[in-house]
Amino acid sequence: MTAPTAAGCAAPDQAAPLPASIDLEKETVITGVVHSAQGEAVPGAYVRLLDSTGEFTAEVVTSPAGQFRFFAAPGNWTLRALSRHGNGDIAVTAGRGVTEVTVTVGD
Amino acid sequence: MSRDTALVSADWAEKNLDAPGVVFVEVDEDTSAYDTGHLAGAIKLDWKTDLQDPIRRDFVNKAQFEALLSEKGISNDDTVILYGGNNNWFAAYAYWYFKLYGHGDVKLLDGGRKKWELDARPLVKDTVTRPATQYVASEPDNSIRAFRDEVVAAIGTKNLVDVRSPDEYAGRLLAPAHLPQEQAQRGGHIPTAISVPWSKAANEDGTFKSDDELRKLYGEAGLDDGKETIAYCRIGERSSHSWFVLQELLGHPNVKNYDGSWTEYGSLIGVPIALGDEPGEA
Repeated sequence: MTAPTAAGCAAPDQAAPLPASIDLEKETVITGVVHSAQGEAVPGAYVRLLDSTGEFTAEVVTSPAGQFRFFAAPGNWTLRALSRHGNGDIAVTAGRGVTEVTVTVGD
Repeated sequence: MSRDTALVSADWAEKNLDAPGVVFVEVDEDTSAYDTGHLAGAIKLDWKTDLQDPIRRDFVNKAQFEALLSEKGISNDDTVILYGGNNNWFAAYAYWYFKLYGHGDVKLLDGGRKKWELDARPLVKDTVTRPATQYVASEPDNSIRAFRDEVVAAIGTKNLVDVRSPDEYAGRLLAPAHLPQEQAQRGGHIPTAISVPWSKAANEDGTFKSDDELRKLYGEAGLDDGKETIAYCRIGERSSHSWFVLQELLGHPNVKNYDGSWTEYGSLIGVPIALGDEPGEA
């Protein structure tokens, strides 16, 4: 039942398909892409998952296609993306299963 | 120790990439980031394959550490500048480790890879090799490493600092939220541990907060300056980050990192566990 990266804390490959061991009946997956204001994917952006009080929970780096993914819990979250092109954030309400979000950075 | 001796800025690093006697070392669990670009001249250490014993559940011993640093071309008198991804988690872990084995001059790059990348500073893909050395490590300094029995004995007597996220502390999550949650161990925290997530010590760009902000953070969280302190997280890397803040930046004496952390404690038979957002009773 253990995904290859689960033993540690390094950022897993954000572009990889969800491992078959992930039970979407139980997991709350928040996933999506970071876009520039021009609509282009932003690779290498730092995406931060903040809880309902604005407290930092986790951070990943986007894939070459700008993708990210978090394993969270049901509730209200904020996604904040940092990049050399600028920053941006968006509020998310997630339940069990997959919630897809686009975060736009820069002007 | 203080900020001046334990930390270098990105500006300093960029000016000293070629400085003699200075070795930059990128430390990550997943070293693919290094391969896509690293600080010029920097070598890499892999947290798992280089720093963990391949068989026993422990990190490498003195002889293994000596062999590793000799092979990587690090000398006893080199100034070692550590940096990495994940807000320097694994770089801080390696820093703790270099201290444990008695390296003289080791520092962290403030902000690690993240600030470097966000600043759009130069990264290169060159293969870096350094001539082998004859590195000699000291016996491990266990005054900065806590083991499980001492952690259990510290409940209600020493400062225990849980540096995981609030949801991990409360037992609502078993792992950081960017990882699958299927760990087998119990959730919760060590009774009487205060919750000071590592992230509160860092700015958004990965740099450490100011000494005044850090003192206020731990003071308000209830850290008792008169007591010894043990920091823990899930696998000991985030708590290395907080150990670094407490001992190396703020100069607290007698701070230990419990590298067994929650993966060990939460799997022990018979030890007390507290659930929820409060520290709980001894």
